Amino acid sequence: MYQYVGLIVLFPLIGLLINGLLGRKIKNETIVGAIGSGAVGLSFLLTAAIFIDMLGMPADGRSQVVTLFTWIAAGDFTVSAAYQIDQLSVLMTLVVTGVGFLIHIYSIGYMHGDRGFWRFFTYLNLFIFAMLNLVLADNYLLMFLGWEGVGLCSYLLIGFWYDKKFPGVGITWTGDAGNKAFWVNRIGDFAFMIGMFLIFREFGTLTFNEVMGQADGRTVGEGTIFWITLLLFIGATGKSAQIPLFIWLPDAMAGPTPVSALIHAATMVTAGVYMIARNAALYALAPDTMMIVAIVGAVTAIMAASIGLVQNDIKKVLAYSTVSQLGYMFLALGVGAFTAGIFHVMTHAFFKACLFLGSGAVIHAMHEEQDIRYMGGLKRVMPITYWTFLISSFAIAGFPPLAGFFSKDEILWFAWADGSPLLWLLGAGAALMTAFYMFRMVTLTFEGEPRWARDKHPHEAPSSMTIPLIVLAALAVVGGFVGVPAVLGGGNAIHQWLHPVFAQAERIMALPEHHDHATEYLLMAISVAIALTGFWFGRRMFLADPEADKRIAAKTGGLYRLLANKYYVDEVYDATVVRPILKTSDSFLYRVFDVRLIDGFVNGLASTTAWVSSTLRFMQSGVVQNYAALIVLGLVVILGLLIFS
Amino acid sequence: MIPVHYYLILSAVMFITGVVGVLTRRNAIIIFMCIELMLNSVNLTFVAFSSYLGNEAGQMFVFFVMAVAAAEAAVGLAIVLALFRNKQTVNINEVNILKW
Repeated sequence: MYQYVGLIVLFPLIGLLINGLLGRKIKNETIVGAIGSGAVGLSFLLTAAIFIDMLGMPADGRSQVVTLFTWIAAGDFTVSAAYQIDQLSVLMTLVVTGVGFLIHIYSIGYMHGDRGFWRFFTYLNLFIFAMLNLVLADNYLLMFLGWEGVGLCSYLLIGFWYDKKFPGVGITWTGDAGNKAFWVNRIGDFAFMIGMFLIFREFGTLTFNEVMGQADGRTVGEGTIFWITLLLFIGATGKSAQIPLFIWLPDAMAGPTPVSALIHAATMVTAGVYMIARNAALYALAPDTMMIVAIVGAVTAIMAASIGLVQNDIKKVLAYSTVSQLGYMFLALGVGAFTAGIFHVMTHAFFKACLFLGSGAVIHAMHEEQDIRYMGGLKRVMPITYWTFLISSFAIAGFPPLAGFFSKDEILWFAWADGSPLLWLLGAGAALMTAFYMFRMVTLTFEGEPRWARDKHPHEAPSSMTIPLIVLAALAVVGGFVGVPAVLGGGNAIHQWLHPVFAQAERIMALPEHHDHATEYLLMAISVAIALTGFWFGRRMFLADPEADKRIAAKTGGLYRLLANKYYVDEVYDATVVRPILKTSDSFLYRVFDVRLIDGFVNGLASTTAWVSSTLRFMQSGVVQNYAALIVLGLVVILGLLIFS
Repeated sequence: MIPVHYYLILSAVMFITGVVGVLTRRNAIIIFMCIELMLNSVNLTFVAFSSYLGNEAGQMFVFFVMAVAAAEAAVGLAIVLALFRNKQTVNINEVNILKW
């Protein structure tokens, strides 16, 4: 089956071409939607077939490279369009195409009647195409192509409703939010590129297998490897919205909700996690970078979660929740628990996609209202959305035995065991906040008395939207069972599945085996207690008084304002980065450098030419004798030279 | 037998006279005559060398030059006539419209 891997990538490309070139003419939403979703569905089926094929193979024969064609050949440097199929990339491809397919189906219902319907599906397919290149690539350059491709799609889809206003710091239109995402990502991409150059200088190749093959001969803590991994990590902070580059993700909510679910929750933002997992062996060689990754992840997790506590926009809560959950993944990577990180990528894709799609159904029902203060009581009118949303909320809050419990608990356990109790504390604090803000949101949105205007008639979403919700909620329930830890009597299937991919990194890191089951049980119990506490407070507080926020704000004043204003990070960036750049661009680069220097040089060249010609033209006296005299003079000079030299 | 450099010196004097005439005089007809003078100084050089080297090619060139000079005289005088009809002058200082 492996040789058909090209088709996985090809299907979305075909869908994109058909919808992109003919979509405007087709007009029929059913056909456009079927082409877009069908392309991704076929990719999913093919991936599933390869996955089944892989199951029947011995563990060490599962990783193979399929080369399609040579992409770039310059001297002895070649880059191929080649796909690496192994346990990790297949898992990611399954998530991307599977969740992607469901979100495509959902979009048929959600985007119904939109004048850009065909454009939307074209972008979505382009996104899937780029994302598949990212996860399947066997070298950094092809990965970077996908990396940039998903960034482009993110930009296109954030600003999809380009004529819609979207408020924010320095932002007026949705297009501005798209620009913000694009620019912030540029910083990360720049670092990624420099990291890639360093890899090429250091290893002489850009293929993952060759680089990892050479990694064994390196010593731990080498300076160059530190810089390579750090630069790649900066790239990941851009794409995966970590401190210091997370600011674009909350504003990315300007896009249609399926986009938030697909790109800004389930798939694209996990690209950074995947990239680091792909380079696990390199990171294992750079313990300093690992520590930075872990700290950044843990701090991001708790910081974003604390902002999420007080947000009122349903999508903003979910956006900060996503940033926070991504922080968990980086925490896992940083302490060397690569499997746990990828496991959380997978479970997070299920429940967060479900939550976003659920919020989309709510927004639809409430006629584009996104403020949870003006919702309430929706569980009676939209039961399916309510139940799936509730299940996913339990999953993200870490209630056993739902998916989020296993993955989050594994991360917290490794943070304690291989990191430090401090990292665990940050993670656990974030978990408490997660449970709180999730149930604050659930309660405000679905429970209690309606707080919306009488003329609104919310209704349950059509089946094209509810079916993906149900499937994703089901996955959020059962998705965790692939990673039941040994202490709970599980086989931790995902750990064994991914083991060959990370074996090299684990060998280099040489982390100790953990036999301290008592601590693990204890931490697990604390996790559950935390989730219950968050749930109980979130629910009680807002069920009793939907305007509890106001009381809390009055009591905690400054702290509340700090959180509500997102730690003023946007304002700080605006003052320290954006404005200085704008000011420098305007007062120096534009007014001095461009106008004076560049234009001055160009205009100066022109005016010098004009001056010289206007002086020389007086030679053109119109008196033929003058010309003749010059000719004679020239002749004399030439003759003189000929005779006397 | 007169030595060949006598002819060459005479020819050079004639040629320079012609050149100076062309460059300094203002009357179109005199300039025209100076050009003829230059052509004929060249003819003299041709003939002198032809006789000195015993090669008839020089004399043949003289006929060519004469033919061209005759044609040039016809065209040149016609131009001077046309000029005079338009400007009532043959002073070339007054015919300097081809300038900046």
